[in-house]
Amino acid sequence: MPRIGMNRKQEKSKDFKGSIKRLFLSLEKWRFLVIFALILAFSSSICAIVAPNILSDLTDEITLGLSPKEDNLKEIITKTTKGLQDQSKFASIPVNPNISSSDKQKFMEVMQKISTASDEEKPKLLFKLPDSVLKEILDPFEVGGITINESDQIEVLRSLSSVKDFKDTDSMLKVVDNLPKKVYKVIKPTLNIDKVKSIALMMALLYLISTAFSYIQSYILATVSNNFAKKLRSSISDKINKLPLKYFDNHETGDVLSRITNDVDTIGMHMNQSLAVLATSITLFLGSIVMMFVTNWIMALTALATSIFGFVGMFIILSKSQKYFSNRQKQLGELNGYIEENYSGHTVVKAYNGDKLALDEFDRINKKLYVSNKKSQFLSGIMQPMMMFVGNFGYVAVCIVGALLTMNDLTTFGTIVAFMIYIRLFTNPLSQIAQAMTMLQSTAAASERVFEFLDEKEQTKEENVKHLDKSKVKGEIEFKHVKFGYDKNRTIIKDFNAKAHPGEKIAIVGPTGAGKTTMVNLLMKFYDIVDGDILIDGVSTKSLTRENIHDLFVMVLQDTWLFDGTIAENIKFNKKNVTDEMVWDALKTVGVDHFVKTLPGGIHSVIEDDSTVSLGQKQLLTIARGMIEDAPFLILDEATSNVDTRTEELVQTAMDKLTEGRTSFIIAHRLSTIKNADLILVMNEGNIIETGNHEELLKQNGFYAELYNSQFESFENS
Amino acid sequence: MIKLFKNFNKKEGLLFVLCILLVSFGVWLDLKMPDYMSEVTVLVQTSGSKMSDILEQGFYMMLCAFGSLISAIIVGYLASYLSAVFSRNVRYKIFKKVEDMGVADIKQFSIRSLITRTTNDVTQIEMLIAMGLQMMVRAPIMVVWAIIKIINKNIEWTLLTGAGVILLLATVITLLLIVFPRFAKVQKLFDKINGVARENLTGIRVIRAFNAEEFQKNRFEEVNSDLTSMQMFNQRCFAILNPVINFVMHFLTLGIYFIGAYLIMDAYFISDKIELFSNMVVFTSYGMQVIMSFLMLAMIFMMWPRAQVSARRINEVLDSDILIHDGDFDGDTEVSGEVEFKNVSFKYPDADEYLLKNISFKAKKGETIAFIGSTGSGKSTLINLVPRFYDATEGEVIVDGVNVKEYKQSALRNKIGYVSQKAIMFTGSVKDNVAYGDNGKEHPSDEKVKEAIKVAQGEDFVLKMNKKYDSHIARGGTNVSGGQKQRLSIARAIARDPEIYIFDDSFSALDYKTDSILRRELKNYTKDATSMIVAQRIGTIMNADKIIVLDKGECVGVGTHKQLLKNCDVYKEIALSQLSKEELDNA
Repeated sequence: MPRIGMNRKQEKSKDFKGSIKRLFLSLEKWRFLVIFALILAFSSSICAIVAPNILSDLTDEITLGLSPKEDNLKEIITKTTKGLQDQSKFASIPVNPNISSSDKQKFMEVMQKISTASDEEKPKLLFKLPDSVLKEILDPFEVGGITINESDQIEVLRSLSSVKDFKDTDSMLKVVDNLPKKVYKVIKPTLNIDKVKSIALMMALLYLISTAFSYIQSYILATVSNNFAKKLRSSISDKINKLPLKYFDNHETGDVLSRITNDVDTIGMHMNQSLAVLATSITLFLGSIVMMFVTNWIMALTALATSIFGFVGMFIILSKSQKYFSNRQKQLGELNGYIEENYSGHTVVKAYNGDKLALDEFDRINKKLYVSNKKSQFLSGIMQPMMMFVGNFGYVAVCIVGALLTMNDLTTFGTIVAFMIYIRLFTNPLSQIAQAMTMLQSTAAASERVFEFLDEKEQTKEENVKHLDKSKVKGEIEFKHVKFGYDKNRTIIKDFNAKAHPGEKIAIVGPTGAGKTTMVNLLMKFYDIVDGDILIDGVSTKSLTRENIHDLFVMVLQDTWLFDGTIAENIKFNKKNVTDEMVWDALKTVGVDHFVKTLPGGIHSVIEDDSTVSLGQKQLLTIARGMIEDAPFLILDEATSNVDTRTEELVQTAMDKLTEGRTSFIIAHRLSTIKNADLILVMNEGNIIETGNHEELLKQNGFYAELYNSQFESFENS
Repeated sequence: MIKLFKNFNKKEGLLFVLCILLVSFGVWLDLKMPDYMSEVTVLVQTSGSKMSDILEQGFYMMLCAFGSLISAIIVGYLASYLSAVFSRNVRYKIFKKVEDMGVADIKQFSIRSLITRTTNDVTQIEMLIAMGLQMMVRAPIMVVWAIIKIINKNIEWTLLTGAGVILLLATVITLLLIVFPRFAKVQKLFDKINGVARENLTGIRVIRAFNAEEFQKNRFEEVNSDLTSMQMFNQRCFAILNPVINFVMHFLTLGIYFIGAYLIMDAYFISDKIELFSNMVVFTSYGMQVIMSFLMLAMIFMMWPRAQVSARRINEVLDSDILIHDGDFDGDTEVSGEVEFKNVSFKYPDADEYLLKNISFKAKKGETIAFIGSTGSGKSTLINLVPRFYDATEGEVIVDGVNVKEYKQSALRNKIGYVSQKAIMFTGSVKDNVAYGDNGKEHPSDEKVKEAIKVAQGEDFVLKMNKKYDSHIARGGTNVSGGQKQRLSIARAIARDPEIYIFDDSFSALDYKTDSILRRELKNYTKDATSMIVAQRIGTIMNADKIIVLDKGECVGVGTHKQLLKNCDVYKEIALSQLSKEELDNA
């Protein structure tokens, strides 16, 4: 059961309508399923709305079984009293041998009184006649198919005689309950059980249909929303491969990741929940209003009035509370950030005796959070009771108004029962609609972020395609007047000319942050150059596809990138037809075969985070991956920081082997590499500032010379 | 969980009891309402009732509804108060505990896990109190009370309600049994898909260079399909829940009426019939209450285990023993800048193998002493013994003639300027970061901060920042580069004016040039201070007064660069791997 307003940031989309529309359109073939599901939701709600009306009929049918058959009772009474007044039989009483003389005596007394009594008192006097006399006077008659004989009639008379006031319900009920069985049978309220059965059956059917529909609808939406989420994830993943690298310079990894997971999840989950809820709730809400007015407009007005009164109060609270929710969210974020920072920097906190300060600051933020926590929890906590009160309030009002109407015969009791359900159907959806709308809001916001990513400009399409065959390439590269900048406004490489002959070694040096990876980016055509040309074996890279260029290069970078899989999988990577033997060969060449053999699974061991494989070994594995790839050019980042010295040596030998027979571009960190290079590109602040070999550059006595000498500076000083 | 609740004090305990009383009162009112409704029903069904009688009953019902609202609002207030107080106090306790922990203590838990314990786990329980307190108290009371109310009325209806409850609970339990284990799997798959996507992003150059886009795509799709089908299964299962709830509620009403019709038909006396009828109308309300309460109970049972796990994780932190205890020496020594290790060995409490074995050396005031060795040789561990991040297992670590264990930790650390391996930045200005902490003396002045940054070779880039020394450093220092962070953290140590500097591989992110200038400037600036340097690069340490070469926790060589080149094989090996022979000779 989702809660209102808690935990989730209230996200506002920029263009709610547009985003929802686009979201709907991108559902493609699933659109029809969604519409079908919504129709089911609608139908299911209609069933739920119609049902109370039938329940009302059922109740009325049952109430019919509560009141006695007054017509029959009246008939019995009138027929009996009529029989009494049949004077013709009076004459034969005194001579009737079946009547005792004392009874005859009593008869005579009554007759005397009657002669002087008023018409009204006459029947009451007659009731006092002895049974034997009455038996003679009365005749059996038939009511409702049942013969009421003399003695039954006598009992009715006796019971009626005890009633003082015929208008008193309670005493009347008692009399009725005490009537002779045979008579009671005639006036007993009868329940038309067959009718009850058929009504109940209809309701059961309605409810069953409603249940089935709502399940099918949920099932469909779960299917669609998950498939849709899957599709979105795939598109984002595909999109990553199509975007120019430039995009990732300006966007953090976490940002793209959160689109794949959080945003898509939000869309999937919320679409699943909110669509059905919206369809159902709106139908229930409007439907119950209509049904209420159709059933009884006075009670409908009562229900509406009381509920609106309640809802207004609720919305005031809800809108006021929004501020506290976002406050709470903000402060929670602040506190979490503070905790994270202090825990991660624990050693520094300790070493600098910053713990007291940290605790004070923590206490301050913690207390602030406490205040907004209390407020927001309170506000969200009373939503439920408020809703319940609105429901109860409406319930009571409807009951009372309904009762009053029923008493004045303006409506039936069944209507009250129906309204008791309508009130529930009517109050619940409103808060659900509000909830679903906030969900839709965040869905829209999430989909905007997803679509924004999917709409990013992709890499330029490549035309005029030539193809260089890997096996035939000699390995010559020429830079001709290359001009390049990451920004249009800032050119960092102005006019770069250089030529590398097959098998030569080109070292790229410069301080950290000098832009050494720029060279990698240009060579691999990760970025397009602004002007000039880069030629491979005399062919412009502009006329080659990226795939073709990538195919010609082996690339080993400093950040050892391995994916979550076995060693063999990582070394084979995407290349087919690589046997395990070739993997072992590569491992041997870089010198990690021993290590791999010690692992329980050999080359099929899974590389897990930091545990089994050290950073240096990872670097060796990436080199082995490069070894497998046979290509004329090599790009190599030498950096071996954080690798222990023995491994470092291994890595360096492996790297040297890798350069054999290839035209190599090396981001150099070792003096030995730099000195042996055929060409050194010195970079600073993004730009290539000096070129030449070691000796030439030292002679220039420029930046390179300074850089080179600085390594020994400290030693000279001492 | 119960143990954690002991964090409540007496006043809060009383408030809790008040909550229970108020909730009971609310339940009583809620259950009273149908009774009045029953009266109304009888009044309506018997002809000749007075309008004022009905209005009177209505007034009572309204009173009940209102009273129930008031009690719920008060309970809501108390619950939010209790939950907020609880999370504030517990969070504070955990934070304080972690601050008191030593490095080894933290290692036991890992920083990530400590962070979640302080944040998510506390929030989890806070939610349980805020939401659950009402439900937890209300549901059982309601269930019992409502059952008592209906059980005497009619056995058939009670049985029907029971069947409804059983059907509902059976559905919920089956769902949980099927779906709960899969929730954990979904979480894992989420991590996995996140992992593959992260791989794609971090390895984007490699993937493109190898033309492996298709390969990665297949890997992604595999996880994507797994995740989708697992989630779809869960959601399809859950799709049954709402329809079943509605089904039970609807059929309960229908069933009660249907059975009621038969009962009324069979009743002989009219007065009995009317009573049955009014009971029937009321019973549907009670039945609904019973079912709702059981649903609430089920929800609590869903929330409880999660909160229970969180509670256990919090208690683990609060109950853990802290390994390092304060001494009582206030740090007032005659000598300064002296560090001595006497036969020091170290291993982690639970480990079998020693990380350091029998290390002895002495550093005098103003000396620079360096440590070198391969990864895992124990050099970082060694210098972490000085500020007492760990305690030596055997032997003594002596600072200024006094064993570090005898110092108050703050007094010991006031003598030390420590620069960690990973440069750590705090949110705040550049100045805040450099002047960070407390060294028992005056807070560093602005001049001091500027000076420290200058010595640490940070002046250039700090002056280029938009607000110079007041520029904002983002969380985790993401708006400055690795080298810049390292320079600022060195400046932080300088601003502290310590007797002893400890550099735990703190120059690695600097290029050679900056590295060498920085060390030269530092040397000039802190002539009297003792420096202990751990480094990977020979260039960084080769002019130290004393170099200690470590290998697998043992000291395999002590001496100057030149001495070691001659007599220490391990050192020579390291040196040769970094500089060519002629360079070493030339130098």
